[in-house]
Amino acid sequence: MKPKHLSLLVLTLLVVAAPFFFPSGFYYRIGALIFINAIAVTGLVILIGYAGQISLGHAGFAGIGAYACALAPEHLGLPPVAAILLGTALSAALAWLVGKPILRLHGYYLGVATLGLGILISMVLSNEAQWTGGPDGIAVPDLGLRGLLRDLGWRIGAGELWYGLAGTVMILGAWLALNLFDSPTGRALRALHGSEVAARTMGIDVARHKLHAFVVSAVYASVSGSLLALMNRLITPDVAGFMHSVQMVTMAVLGGVGSVLGAIFGATILTALPQLLTVFHQYEHMVLGLVMILVMIFLPDGLLPSLMKRLRGRDGE
Amino acid sequence: MSALLEIDGLGIAFGGITAVDDVSFAVRAGEIVSVIGPNGAGKTTLFNMISGLYRPSQGKVRLEGAEITAMEPHLLARRGLSRTFQNLQVFGEMTLLENVMVGHHLREKAGVLSDLLGLPASRQKTRASAESALALLARVGLEKAAYRAARTMSYGALKRLEIARALALAPKILLLDEPAAGCNAVETEEIDRLIAEIARAGVAILLVEHDMKLVMKISAHLVVLDHGRKIAEGAPAEVARDPQVIAAYLGQHGQEQVLHAEG
Repeated sequence: MKPKHLSLLVLTLLVVAAPFFFPSGFYYRIGALIFINAIAVTGLVILIGYAGQISLGHAGFAGIGAYACALAPEHLGLPPVAAILLGTALSAALAWLVGKPILRLHGYYLGVATLGLGILISMVLSNEAQWTGGPDGIAVPDLGLRGLLRDLGWRIGAGELWYGLAGTVMILGAWLALNLFDSPTGRALRALHGSEVAARTMGIDVARHKLHAFVVSAVYASVSGSLLALMNRLITPDVAGFMHSVQMVTMAVLGGVGSVLGAIFGATILTALPQLLTVFHQYEHMVLGLVMILVMIFLPDGLLPSLMKRLRGRDGE
Repeated sequence: MSALLEIDGLGIAFGGITAVDDVSFAVRAGEIVSVIGPNGAGKTTLFNMISGLYRPSQGKVRLEGAEITAMEPHLLARRGLSRTFQNLQVFGEMTLLENVMVGHHLREKAGVLSDLLGLPASRQKTRASAESALALLARVGLEKAAYRAARTMSYGALKRLEIARALALAPKILLLDEPAAGCNAVETEEIDRLIAEIARAGVAILLVEHDMKLVMKISAHLVVLDHGRKIAEGAPAEVARDPQVIAAYLGQHGQEQVLHAEG
């Protein structure tokens, strides 16, 4: 079996099997939250892991996706599903416009530029209170899927529904990212990560490929934000905030930013821990920082790839 | 026969310091031309200008008669100019096979959406690319290591990998920057054979190399640089006798010794 199919199989089995171990219905919500975070983190695997470009502002795109679902149904009369698509279109357009100039930057400079972009979006969401409800947030209409299912004679709890829905979208997202990995575009991205100079001389339009990775990862973040908003039925500008961006990057780096499964693993740990251990919740930001430092020092490849390496012996060759 | 690559009065200055000054020469199809000169003579700088990494401050580069001066490297690749690097530029985390497959990029593009969805067009291109990449790896003797990550390989192997990757572009002209540097005698011989073979297939080769034995043996034509200027040009045997060349390599004192020995 190809690694891609194995990864997808493992992921699907875990999503399907996990509920059998849930002590209570509360855990469906945690599961759904994990999947929603994992979607955004999968996007970062494409941007950071494949293409080697950092972003500290991707929560901004999650914010756009979230507020699209809050505002478009009310102001444009769109159904929530169309609002998700509108959010991704807006995020993609913004990522394309902003990415063109800032992806010329390297390393720290790109980090700071994307940081600025994220802060800008969260400021707009906080300050345009007449539209967004300001820092207190805004209510989000119901997706309507549960009602639809009930009419079809299938009664399902909100937690279970979101668990299934977010899990499906996450697996779909992982499938796309894994397809990309072993494709001409994926190889071009990984090549420019390895050596930009060599990639250019091999005929790769580096600027264009970076932009593609940036736009695709923005779409992932946007979908993640939309699902979060629709699940929680309330959204605040925190979804676009700096902490959320850092959280995404930490999840990716902790699990292993070069691998889709690893990043989802990282998202699982960092989402579940603060939910399960309330003690941890108070110190979440501190622990996030600590995790980042420790991973960088001891497991620069991330948890999952480092573990796999150790299991298979050096370098896994 | 007209020249494939023409270098016409090429020069570049970095902050007032002239690194390469008014260098001209030409390379014909299937011909091996070597650029030699002491360390710091401007050979790699010259390569970087020809391959579009540096913007020359004077002069022109023409490929098949069309001006390509300071053109973006990925556009030069499209026109059939390919190169290797003196200080290895391999894609370390990718397998050897994938490294070479990157060289097929221009032929295998299918579009981001198709690649994300894993459409048959993308998968078909990946399969075809892998096949011909494997053949190229076999040509440089690396097919057994095809699925190993590049960073786990030896220096000499990576030098050959860079040649295979550059060939994947199916270039008209190949710029090789010290392909034998750091290689042992056996590896050097292998590279020597490989270069001759590539040229026989009709690819023009512009070579920078320190291994004089190799250069003298395979080059049709030598260009000698010293302090960024061309000091001699011609057939290897001719150039080797040129007193200016001897002086540049051995210093004034050495030249006297050589003359003394000859006299």
